[in-house]
Amino acid sequence: MRLLSKLALMAVLLAAAPAAFAQAGGTSKINVEQPWARATPAGAMTGAVYMTLANRTNTEDRLTAASSDVASKVQIHEMAVVNGIMQMRQLTDGLAVPAGGSVTLKPGGYHVMLIGLKKRLIAGQTFPLTLTFANAGNISITVPIQAIGATNSGNGGMGKMEMK
Amino acid sequence: MRARPWIIIAAAGVVAFGAIALVLTFAVAPRQIGQAVGVASIGGPFTLTDDTGATVTDKTLAGKPYVMYFGYTYCPDVCPTTLFDLTRWIKALGPDADKLSYVFVTVDPERDTPKLMHEYLASFDKRIRGFTGTPAQIAKIAKEYRVYYKKVPSSDGSYLMDHSAIIYLMTADEKFDTVIPYQEKDTAALAKLRDLVATAPSS
Repeated sequence: MRLLSKLALMAVLLAAAPAAFAQAGGTSKINVEQPWARATPAGAMTGAVYMTLANRTNTEDRLTAASSDVASKVQIHEMAVVNGIMQMRQLTDGLAVPAGGSVTLKPGGYHVMLIGLKKRLIAGQTFPLTLTFANAGNISITVPIQAIGATNSGNGGMGKMEMK
Repeated sequence: MRARPWIIIAAAGVVAFGAIALVLTFAVAPRQIGQAVGVASIGGPFTLTDDTGATVTDKTLAGKPYVMYFGYTYCPDVCPTTLFDLTRWIKALGPDADKLSYVFVTVDPERDTPKLMHEYLASFDKRIRGFTGTPAQIAKIAKEYRVYYKKVPSSDGSYLMDHSAIIYLMTADEKFDTVIPYQEKDTAALAKLRDLVATAPSS
């Protein structure tokens, strides 16, 4: 039984290895992939940051807090539109990152919410963000800012209209 | 002791019935906006303040079909996305876009001053006007347009808003035409907007 679980663990580790090496400085327990923020309209007091969190350990981890120079407060939120009603809630217990799995923060779902923006988020610029995990500790990242209409980390927003 | 299983079964039955009723209520609700509730009951008279500080009423919009969206500037995700979508659609309509009026009505009048809304809307198509008002004025228009909104306190003493994420399309004589739901495809949204343009009285 014990041997089996060890073998399973090794298999998991081996499977995770290429991803780990692909990431620069791959020593962290959590990979923060493709972070991005949406540019904010003038005067907006809030902004949203999106990313994928990949857990390279076989223990569940939790994103419990975040902080940034650009905002007076940073919270972890879940957003949903249920029957046409937009609901947004702070995840006071944090966001679970499953063992060996990942969770994606994206428009219309989970986001890191910047509250009390100290400066407008301008497309093309970046800002620092520190994520705090229950197990992995603090991870500091640089977040690129995409156009207001962006829907993912790579899409500049205005580029594709898909009108036809 | 002997009666207990029955109580549990009965209780489970009540809970299940309640859950089904709840699901049905909410599943049916959006459709009612356009059908059962009826065309006549969406919209109505209002007095608000626009983003330049001027007093506006429903008569300000009369004469042109209009597009009305309820949201708030504190919203980091759905509202800017929707206003940006609307900005793209306005552009895609070309010259026809001027046959419609566009209004962003706040559901957060305490934070959304005319000045803040004006600044905020400068990032979108200039034809989108911002309407705010007193909490009572906003409550009145929200009721008339059957817009749900609710203040949700957050842990830091601040608050967020739950709100209907629906764009209303209204005719020139202030009659309900249709809605564009959240994340409508561009083609469908544009078709509805072009249909609305077609209802515009010829000048």
